Amino acid sequence: MKTLAVIDYGMSNLHSVSRACEHVAGKNWKVQISSEADAVMAADKVVFPGQGAIGNCMHLLKTTGLDEGIRLSLESKPFFGICLGLQTLLTDSEESGGTAGFDYLAGTVRHFKRDLEDPNTGEHLKIPHMGWNQVRHNNHDHPLWQDIPDNSRFYFVHSYYASLENSEFVAATTPYPQGFTSAIAKDNVFAVQFHPEKSQHVGLKLLENFLDW
Amino acid sequence: MGLAKRIIPCLDVDAGRVVKGVQFVDIRDAGDPIEVARRYDEQGADEITFLDITASSNERDTIIHVVEAVAEQVFIPLTVGGGIRKLEDIRRLLNAGADKVAINTAAVFNPEFVGEASEHFGAQCIVVAIDAKQVSSEDEALRWEIFTHGGRKPTGIDAIEWGQKMVQLGAGEILLTSMDRDGTRNGFDLPLTRAMSDAVTVPVIASGGVGNLQHLVEGVTKGGADAVLAASIFHFGEYSVADAKTAMEAQGIEVRW
Repeated sequence: MKTLAVIDYGMSNLHSVSRACEHVAGKNWKVQISSEADAVMAADKVVFPGQGAIGNCMHLLKTTGLDEGIRLSLESKPFFGICLGLQTLLTDSEESGGTAGFDYLAGTVRHFKRDLEDPNTGEHLKIPHMGWNQVRHNNHDHPLWQDIPDNSRFYFVHSYYASLENSEFVAATTPYPQGFTSAIAKDNVFAVQFHPEKSQHVGLKLLENFLDW
Repeated sequence: MGLAKRIIPCLDVDAGRVVKGVQFVDIRDAGDPIEVARRYDEQGADEITFLDITASSNERDTIIHVVEAVAEQVFIPLTVGGGIRKLEDIRRLLNAGADKVAINTAAVFNPEFVGEASEHFGAQCIVVAIDAKQVSSEDEALRWEIFTHGGRKPTGIDAIEWGQKMVQLGAGEILLTSMDRDGTRNGFDLPLTRAMSDAVTVPVIASGGVGNLQHLVEGVTKGGADAVLAASIFHFGEYSVADAKTAMEAQGIEVRW
């Protein structure tokens, strides 16, 4: 039996994530909520869901020692980040008065501008970016996109977005109103800004693809 | 192309059953909430909202079990409102599988609770529900106030200013119900919806009064709502969520298929 660790740093509502993983995991998988670095390091694959403020998230990861588990996992095994689990992989974030991330990928997490407008209707775009938006694949042949149509809609809720220095690692973009990075891929790591656990069929398919990866 | 407007079926749950009152009387039984939620998920609902209207205290945990059962099978965002007064209430609902909670009366009596809840759980899961009623007379500029207790008790608080205050405190979304329209099937209060949507930076869900599909369309095109919520038009099989999406898309609104 293989183990999928869902990282629990104490603040994130990860029940939805572990439930969705259990829903798609076959009999060969044990989905385990993990709040200790050892358990994360021992797992075969890692899902890192994050919610809330990034400053608090990084602080809790450090005080629990989970940051070390994440660092080692990033270098060694299939790793799937969700929401803050994507944002923390960058160099730093504008949020929480400036917060250093894992610097796995060079880039900065930025706040959406306040004065964005929908180019079609002229309506003011709301922050947080909340709801179902399109995900445009950048690297169509990535195994995690298998059987997921290009431009499928996934559920988002966030006010900050990842801005990568090297577009080579952008796996998907989403218009709001300009395309921002909604998924990243590098080696054994895949991370998404949206919530696959809340994105019905396509979301479950993405998690299933991760388990098969 | 971009962000889709959301269609949110709302289930009023009383002691474990879906009920729907028409203008607060004539409560009709609309079924088992788990089955109803699954049906809406299959029809393409973008989210589902449960409003717990259970009055008796020994049935309070029923909603927790409903949410747990739904979250096992339905993988779209779930919002739960009704009777949320403490951080512990929120924690229990989130643990049961809710993604967002709607705070209503507690926000009116203790606005700081919204700030605490948002700081604790993140603005993404804190919806503030605002029940508003028009208080201006015909020759005055339009004005709405917050009402509590199912629309019976005025508070003297201006609804639009209240919405802005709630966003400052950390509300991630506003669920705006017109108590003048709720249960009437005459359509949303569009000036109210438009005023709120223009006044706050966060998404606004229009609620109260939907009687046909054109009402949903107008909530978006005229009211400026980011999401539209309806109950009775879906419950009794009059329209499906897919019918609603077809009608909205035909008038140029982006929807999720």
